[in-house]
Amino acid sequence: MIEVTKLIKRFGLKTILRGLDFQVQPGEFVALLGPNGAGKTTFLRILASLSKPSLGNVKVAGYSLPNQSAQVRAKLGVVSHLPLLYPDLTAEENLQFYARMYGIPNSQARITQVLQLIGLENRRKDLVRTFSRGMSQRLAIGRAILHEPEVILFDEPYTGLDQDASVMLDDVLRTVASHGRTVVMTSHDLIRAEALATRFDVLSRGVITASINKSDLKNNNVLDFYKQALEN
Amino acid sequence: MKPSFLKATLAIVQKDLAAEFRSRELLTAMLTFSVLVILIFNFALDLNIDVRQKVTAGVLWTTFAFAGTLGLNRSMAVEKDRGCMDGLLLAPVDRSAIFFGKAISNLAFMLIVEAIVLPLYAFFYNEFRIFQLEFIAVLLLGSIGYIAVGTLLSAMAVQTRTREILLPILLFPIVVPVLIASVLASGAIIIGAEFSEIRAPLNLLIVYDVIFIAVSFMFFDFIVEE
Amino acid sequence: MQKKPILLTILDVLSIIAIGVATYFALVFAPTELVMGEVQRVFYFHVGTGWVALLGFIIASIAGIAYLISKNMMWDRFGLAAVEVSAMFFLITIILGSIWARPAWNTWWTWDVRLTTAAITELIFIAYFMLRQGIEDPEKRARFGAVYTLLGGLSAPITFMVIRLFRSIHPVVVGNPSAAAQGGFDMSPDMRNTLFVALIAFTILFIDFIWHRVRLGGLQEKVEQLKLKTLGE
Repeated sequence: MIEVTKLIKRFGLKTILRGLDFQVQPGEFVALLGPNGAGKTTFLRILASLSKPSLGNVKVAGYSLPNQSAQVRAKLGVVSHLPLLYPDLTAEENLQFYARMYGIPNSQARITQVLQLIGLENRRKDLVRTFSRGMSQRLAIGRAILHEPEVILFDEPYTGLDQDASVMLDDVLRTVASHGRTVVMTSHDLIRAEALATRFDVLSRGVITASINKSDLKNNNVLDFYKQALEN
Repeated sequence: MKPSFLKATLAIVQKDLAAEFRSRELLTAMLTFSVLVILIFNFALDLNIDVRQKVTAGVLWTTFAFAGTLGLNRSMAVEKDRGCMDGLLLAPVDRSAIFFGKAISNLAFMLIVEAIVLPLYAFFYNEFRIFQLEFIAVLLLGSIGYIAVGTLLSAMAVQTRTREILLPILLFPIVVPVLIASVLASGAIIIGAEFSEIRAPLNLLIVYDVIFIAVSFMFFDFIVEE
Repeated sequence: MQKKPILLTILDVLSIIAIGVATYFALVFAPTELVMGEVQRVFYFHVGTGWVALLGFIIASIAGIAYLISKNMMWDRFGLAAVEVSAMFFLITIILGSIWARPAWNTWWTWDVRLTTAAITELIFIAYFMLRQGIEDPEKRARFGAVYTLLGGLSAPITFMVIRLFRSIHPVVVGNPSAAAQGGFDMSPDMRNTLFVALIAFTILFIDFIWHRVRLGGLQEKVEQLKLKTLGE
């Protein structure tokens, strides 16, 4: 579903990604781990077609970037640590706007369905500026899955959430991922990543340094795997 | 799945208008500022009947140019602050549809402000010659050129370290022709000049509009890519 | 560290000689103008600097287009060099013009077409420098800079035309012997030759400056690269 070979990204003289290789099969849920500044967000922005690769091949959902970015974007849902929502519109209006931007047919039914899924049906007529951080984040996920994307990218979805909100987000993420969708998520939070992902990759110094399937994990311990990967 | 260019543009315009009619932050700021500027001009230039004759066009255009930067900045900041610009860029629509959507909403805000400020000015100064078809046409042409460049430059300014304060500095030297031509043409219209006198500035306005709509449309992609 | 190219050193010497010759021509060789007297001699430098300032502006626009097409940072350095050198010469042109205008028009400054357009262009340049200063990422800086120079390059001619709608009092000297505007004068062959020498001299100086600035930009980038390397990241 995602194929990245020898990806290099430079910002001016700084090289952020140095020949990164990365493959994801359909239906996998990959947690992308790594220290701050390793290039996780940059990498996700390239997959999301928001940033152009300096060199290398990137294919998402069968289309190559950056040339076929419009096709990729139609099959892609993105949740970042910013909500990408308009505070002066209601939850419903925000979704309606994005439904039009994605050309979703019969959008009203779909919006209701999504609002139910993220548990915000009773707040649909409320302005987003009145929402808590957790509610905004759930709505942001609703926005991202509105057009039923095949690939979903989560960039640090737990940033700024309290315990309750995180637990709720867990449920939403699990439901979202369960429809055979392909998911890539970056996270600092190893415990949450462990609970959700089927595969763990470590991104360090601009390349993927280690990758392991959940079934191959010793004692189900991501922390050990992560520490070891960083030491190598 | 991909919506048509027109539908995407329209969706952005309606979204902007809906949000603005709810919060009214941008329009209130622009209108209040406009009235303040005219008030200041009144005392700075001592707008008696003789002076007014000559400076009405200049006062109005200066007011709109300054108030315009407030609106342009705000309209782009809304997109930038919560990452909404990324949201727009992630949608499977042409980047130029985003540009046109934002430009049309900005133009709408500008025209709304003008539609309120003009009668106010006429009321304050008993200057009803500004309600001529030619005057309104010049106002429209000038606003279009101003907004085309302004929308592009506000997308640029919002991505810099200095953000809002940079917009007027970037914008004014580029829209000088629009401002001068509009003042020339509308000034001539107020004193009832022949059409032959306003033809030259009017032509330049049209030329400017055509060139800068085309160029801003082409360059917008360069401004939002990464 | 790459050494300074010999050709550049030759060009340095050549520009000093050329400016020297132009100065001799302007101050000694050229006849004194009958009406305005000695102050008219400033005209040769005024036109010389004005010419290269305009040249720099045009080159910056071309470099902007070339950058947007090729995304080669070389063009950005070239464009920046052209803008910086052009900004300097525009300023000199305006100052020289106003020295000449004082006795000729009896005022330091008039809102004349060329003068005002030059001043607005200078403001575009200042905005350009401020824009670049506000952007960290060199690639984005280059992109925005290129777009802005092109916007400036397109609007300046229209600005010129719009201001011309107001009556101009700037003398049209070259190509219009019957200059009706006040301050115009007929050029004798010696004056023509002097102007020609000044134009060539300033063009050489201009190329020399641009070359130095582009080279400096390249060296700056090298320094940054080495800094990044030694700091490990």
